[in-house]
Amino acid sequence: MGSSRSASSRRLDQGLESVMVWVLRAGGWASVLVTFGIVITLVKESWPFFQAVPFVRLFTDTMWTPLFSEPQYGIGALLAGTLVTTGVALLVAIPLGTILAIYLSEFAEPQFRDWVKPMLELLSAVPTVVYGYFALLTLTPLLQKIYPDLPQFSMLSAGMIMGIMIVPYVTSLGEDAMRSVPMLLREGAYALGDGKLGVALRVVFPGAFSGLAAAYVLAISRAVGETMIVAIAAGLQPRMTVNPLESAATVTAFIVQVSLGDLPHGSIGYQSIFAAGAVLFLMTLGFNLAGHALRRRFHRAT
Amino acid sequence: MSVAPEIAGRDESEASASDTKALPKVQIHGLNFFYGTNQVLRSVTMDVPALKVTALIGPSGCGKTTLLRCMNRMHDLYLGNRYEGSIVVQPDGTDILDASVDPIQVRMRFGMVFQKPNPFPKSIYENVAYGLRLQGMNRRKELDEKVEKALREAALWEEVKSRLHQMAHNLSGGQQQRLCIARAIATDPDVVLFDEPTSALDPIATSKIEELIVELKKRVTVMIVTHNLQQAGRISDMTAFMYLGELIEFGDTNRMFTNPAKPQTEDYISGRFG
Repeated sequence: MGSSRSASSRRLDQGLESVMVWVLRAGGWASVLVTFGIVITLVKESWPFFQAVPFVRLFTDTMWTPLFSEPQYGIGALLAGTLVTTGVALLVAIPLGTILAIYLSEFAEPQFRDWVKPMLELLSAVPTVVYGYFALLTLTPLLQKIYPDLPQFSMLSAGMIMGIMIVPYVTSLGEDAMRSVPMLLREGAYALGDGKLGVALRVVFPGAFSGLAAAYVLAISRAVGETMIVAIAAGLQPRMTVNPLESAATVTAFIVQVSLGDLPHGSIGYQSIFAAGAVLFLMTLGFNLAGHALRRRFHRAT
Repeated sequence: MSVAPEIAGRDESEASASDTKALPKVQIHGLNFFYGTNQVLRSVTMDVPALKVTALIGPSGCGKTTLLRCMNRMHDLYLGNRYEGSIVVQPDGTDILDASVDPIQVRMRFGMVFQKPNPFPKSIYENVAYGLRLQGMNRRKELDEKVEKALREAALWEEVKSRLHQMAHNLSGGQQQRLCIARAIATDPDVVLFDEPTSALDPIATSKIEELIVELKKRVTVMIVTHNLQQAGRISDMTAFMYLGELIEFGDTNRMFTNPAKPQTEDYISGRFG
């Protein structure tokens, strides 16, 4: 009797287990399917665009004016906006985020760390539209006091705020990576007579580099794809420039701008946003692959 | 382990030749150590002889590793630890537990090799140069010479001389541990502390490290914690047996292993407990 009951409960366990396996498998496939769906939509919608506009024109034209009567398709004008705002954001986020990560992992008291980390992570929970208006209405006027010629919309202001937004990504992942460096490695350096700062910079930092590289790549992807902040504060005029003191539209800002308008479905202007989206997608894909390669290389080293 | 009897045989002849009392290098006196309120070492007093291998043995939790880590003030890295007593290093007579002594200065005189190989995520060369750079050596030529000397002494030079600038993690476990020994001796410390240095290694790598330790005592004083009694017998001149935080017996290794004075020592050595 006892054995038959345990046999039936074992059957139940096995049944439950196979159900769970299917649920988990479905969850795993869902993310893959969504990604494929996005790729298919991008290709399908931008296909007619590339039928009408030769691919090389994306790089030979110097302006991005797909809605004009004599349209130009120089995507460089949008990429410049994306790359400059991203660059400014990284100049803020990588040093600040890394220093904070080193401080929290190696110097801060545990109680202080437990208090500060959630606060910091709250920064990434602020809606980006709030960040956008903060850049436009608070930071830009402040920057104009230092540099009066700064226009109302500027890539500098939007990029700096975007940098603040992604600091928690860098800090949180970076701190995890540094804390997972084994204590044994730190003790090895202390035993040779090194101090706290030396151990942090010479042993923990290189030891955590694969994790830090992952944090940086995530930050880049986040900055490249960010939309609201740049649409609000960086301007909507595509401009081929690398000067952060000017205003310029990014790829994402252009997509928002066009999709909010009343362009007819199927027009070349409408399709251009998918072409822009496809280029953006390839960019983030490239960064992620580079990040993976970097991570693998350093992972083997540690 | 075919090499083991050979090492043991050679060591025996050396140990009997060194019966004359050696000068003390480190004098530990009345050492108490506390983790918070928990007393882990109880009034340990012993003279560690210069240019000899002194083994610390005893069952798990007896305080042998804690004692070793007092020698280079490693316990200072963690909050709530407290020392009482003195550890005097000769010939200068510095008490390294004195409040005025900087633990960093202490650690520059005491090299340490850990239970598991812990090379830094750097090149082979930079691993060995790490301590040298900390002591202010920056001239390339000088560094090159010191790094080569240390790697030769650690019996690693021939294996790595063509790839000094590759990452240390590409080495095997035994090579990594010899690299850590090279790193510890590169700065010419007074004493090298070994904390169960072969517990993560295979027998062949272990016998290489043991040969190396015996070779090392020609120029540095060695203290080694080991849970392997045969190892203590093979490589040490002096043995300290610890139990429950106390030093039970300390003396010549051959004498301790053949004719222990205390019943606890005999019980431990004959395998009745531990």
